[in-house]
Parts: sequence; C-alpha cells; structure tokens
Amino acid sequence: METTLDWKETLITRMIRIAGYSAIIFVALIFIYLMREGLPALGEVPLSNLLSSRWYPIENYFGMLPLIGGTLLVTIGASLIAVPVGILTAVFIAEIAPQWAREILKPFVEILAGIPSVVLGFFGILILAPDLRRVLDLPTGLTALAGALLLAVTSLPTIVSISEDALYAVPKSFRDAAVALGVTRWQTIWYVTVPAARTGILTACMLGIGRTVGETMAVLMVTGNAAILPKGLADLFAPVRTMTATIAAEMGEVATGSVHYHVLFLIGIVLFVITLVVNLAAASVIFRQRKRAERILS
Amino acid sequence: MVNLALAWAEQYQKLHSEIRLSVTGGGSGTGIAALINHSVDIANASRQIKPEEIAAAKKNGVQPVEHVVARDAIAVIVNPHNPVNQLTLQQISDIYSGKTTNWAEVGGNNLVIVRLSRETNSGTHVYFLEQVLRLGQKDNKTLFAQDTLLLPSSEGITAEVSDNPHAIGYDGLGYITPDVKVVAVARDQASQYVLPSVESVNEFSYPIARDLYMYTIGEPTGAIRAYLEWIMTPEAQAITKTLGFVPIAIP
Repeated sequence: METTLDWKETLITRMIRIAGYSAIIFVALIFIYLMREGLPALGEVPLSNLLSSRWYPIENYFGMLPLIGGTLLVTIGASLIAVPVGILTAVFIAEIAPQWAREILKPFVEILAGIPSVVLGFFGILILAPDLRRVLDLPTGLTALAGALLLAVTSLPTIVSISEDALYAVPKSFRDAAVALGVTRWQTIWYVTVPAARTGILTACMLGIGRTVGETMAVLMVTGNAAILPKGLADLFAPVRTMTATIAAEMGEVATGSVHYHVLFLIGIVLFVITLVVNLAAASVIFRQRKRAERILS
Repeated sequence: MVNLALAWAEQYQKLHSEIRLSVTGGGSGTGIAALINHSVDIANASRQIKPEEIAAAKKNGVQPVEHVVARDAIAVIVNPHNPVNQLTLQQISDIYSGKTTNWAEVGGNNLVIVRLSRETNSGTHVYFLEQVLRLGQKDNKTLFAQDTLLLPSSEGITAEVSDNPHAIGYDGLGYITPDVKVVAVARDQASQYVLPSVESVNEFSYPIARDLYMYTIGEPTGAIRAYLEWIMTPEAQAITKTLGFVPIAIP
C-alpha cells in the first residue's frame, strides 16, 4: 500500500517538475529559433540598407527604422492616453466609488480585456478612423492616433486592475493616520495612498505598455501601414507601419529561407528585445518593492 | 491565382470524387518549372510562358500547350463625391509614385490625394506596380510613394474609399462594391477612356487587364482534358467572379 502511494507521488512530482521546466524550455527554444532564422539577415543585407528609412521588401529595400519608429510612436501615444486614464479609473474604483458603482465598474473593465482585437480593429476601421478624419480634418483617419486609441483600450484593463490591487494593498492604518491629521479625502489620495502604491502602479503601467508593443491585429487594420519614419509626436496624425503589422502582413506569403524571410525574423528579434526590456524594467520595480517591504518588516 | 486554382480543384472534386487534384502555390515560375520537370500535369500561371522556358521545355521533350482559363482586371476606384471620372495610365502612375499629390492636378477638387494599395504580398499589388506604376516598362524602376497606405484586405480599401473624398484605391474587378466610383482608364491621352467590365476586359479595350493561363504537356487527354473542359463551363467560370477575377466570354 505504502509503496504504491510513493510511486504515485513520485510520478506526480515528476510531472509537475516537467511542466515547470517546460515553460523555460519553450522560451529558450523560441529564442534559439528566432536567432537561427533572424541573424542570417545581418549577413545577407548590408547594415546601411537595414538602417535606411525605406521599407519595400519586394524590391529589396529593408530599412527597419520606419517600422521601429512606427511601433514606438503608437506605443508612446497609447501610453499617453492609457496611463492617466487607467490610474484615475483605478483610484476611482478603489478609493472613491461607492460599493454599488464598484460592483458595476469592475466587471466592465474585465469585459474590456476580453474583447478580441480583431473586433476592435473593425470598430476602428468603420467608425473610429472616419470620425477622426472628420473631427480633426485630416486627409485620412487611418493614422498612428487611431492605433494608439485602440491600443489604449486594450492596455487599460491591465493598468486598471493591477493599479487597483496595489491601492487596495495600502494598509488601512495609512488612511486612518491621514484622517486623524485632519487631511481631506483628496489630499489623502494624492499625498498618501497613491504614493504608497506607486511601485505597484508603475508595474501596472509597464505590463500595460508591454502588451501594447506586441499587439498586432488592431494596428494592422487601422494605422494605414505606410512605412514612413515618424519625426515626432506630431506624426501621430499621419499613417505609420508597425513591426508587428509588418510581420503579420508579410510572413504569410514570404518564401521560407529567403532574405525577406530572415529580415522578418530579425524584426521579431528586435520586438522580442523591446518587450524583454519593458518586462525586465517591470520586474526590477517589483523586486525593489519586495526588498523595501522586507526592510520595513525587519 | 492559387486561390482560383484551389477553388476550382475543390469544386471539381465535389463533382467527381474519383479524381484527385492537389494544388500548390509558389508563383508562376515555380509552376512552369515543375511542368518542364514532369512533376505536375498542369501549371497555373498569371503570365505567359517565356521563350526561354519554352526552349527549356523542348530540351526536356515537353511541348507546353497554353489555355486561357480566366482574366484578371484591376479597377481604379475613388470616392463617389470625387468629380474625377477618368484618368490615363500615366496620371495613375504619377499619383501613386507621388509626383501628383493634389486632386486639382487631374481635374478634381483641391484635396490632398490619399493613396491606398493592397499589401506587397498580394499578386494584385505586384501586377499594379509592373503594369501601371511602371507602365509595363522593364527598366522602369518607379516605386510606390512612401506614404501609400498598404491595407491588408479588400474590405479595408473599399471602406476607406467609400468614406474618404481624398482617397484613391485599386482592386480586382470582382471585389468592387457599388459604394465606390470606378474610374475610366485610357492607355494614353490619344486613346479612349474605358470603364472595366466583363465585356471591355474580354474585348481587350480596358488597359489594366491580363489573362490567366493553365499550361499542359501537349494537348491534354483523359482526365486532364475533362478538367479543362469543365473549367470552360459557365459553372466553373462563375467561381472566378467570387474570387475577384473576370470570367472569359465563352463563344
């Protein structure tokens, strides 16, 4: 009897261990595959071509700068919208809203996370882009701004729910102390609660931005995909072509092993590095927060 | 063209379950090369066979026979409120290469032109580049203007053109919907402006059109002959329309 139990237990422990390691193995395999398929591009295409500002792969123009610039512009635009709105929503849900409003708001924010980005893209191409063109009097509404607005919507749920958790985690004693000092509610939120939760809020923003960088379908449909190198924030009102949209639009038809194929994987590597940096930044913030908490406890 | 070949094969297998057809893509050159090597029975091509390919085939003891199976026409479309009704190929080329940037230069309103194109992986894009932007000239290296919007779907182009008076777009004739305006095109200033239609494409008067081919080894016999004969039936030709191509007029 005892031996069978032992046998079962070892099996289960083994399986759990394999499941745990498999995540690491998958990431490593994907990374190796990306490198194997993408790095040959550096040997096949001169650096001056890769760093030029013309992307037209069927005639061997492989300038990646407009694509990197497009992704950065759309991401920055989305963050400028999503970060303030997301933090304010979280503050409202966690600190101000009465119980009944909270019970309605929270599920709605979570439903927002469940909307497929293709659906958002359709909404963008049929309603948002035409309205943007009319309201702002632009030649076309298929611009970086349309992409930024849609991506702001996709990153809002992440920012709101994680910021909200951080605000809830602020000990009640902090608020009680503020009230005891005769501080108003607004001052409590602005000077006590939000600063106390700031590392959590920062993590929320980083994760939200990380999601924005990698989002594909919605931007492919609404940003117009013209590979022009953006010069500044004013180019939010012009079309851009992002890295993800380029890979999604071109990978389907490219000949395996061709120069174009390798360059698309190189773009994948650049994208991987950008998301890795954002995630590492978020992780280091969490790590610092933990150390601080340990210091307080000791 | 691979989509058309696939659709035909699929439909034909439904009617004749005893026949097995398999279709692979890769481009016209790939198909013709495979035909020369005897590895396929039919090569689909969106261009005519080249003299050097015929020579290579003859060397291998293969006599390729050409069959026109459908036609492909590209319609140039603008917003219904745009007063421009007709353009020459040169004018369309100048618009898409970025030389012409305002509708007033081609007889329209004083509006900036917004150029829409299919993505570079679409056969329509390449055909438009070669036949319209470069006017069919081999050594012409004209490129699309950098601010040309590349849209991944026909729906995207139609939605933007039907809404935006700045926009110009193009797409396979079969994909054109009634909520956009089709422009009449002339080969040059001396020729007539022609609207694309099944008739004008089949009369060869509309300038942005091409034939789609199937090549066989010698005159087809047996099952291959039956398949090619079926493709010429109204039922099979109706499939071309649903995929954006133009059916050939059956005499």
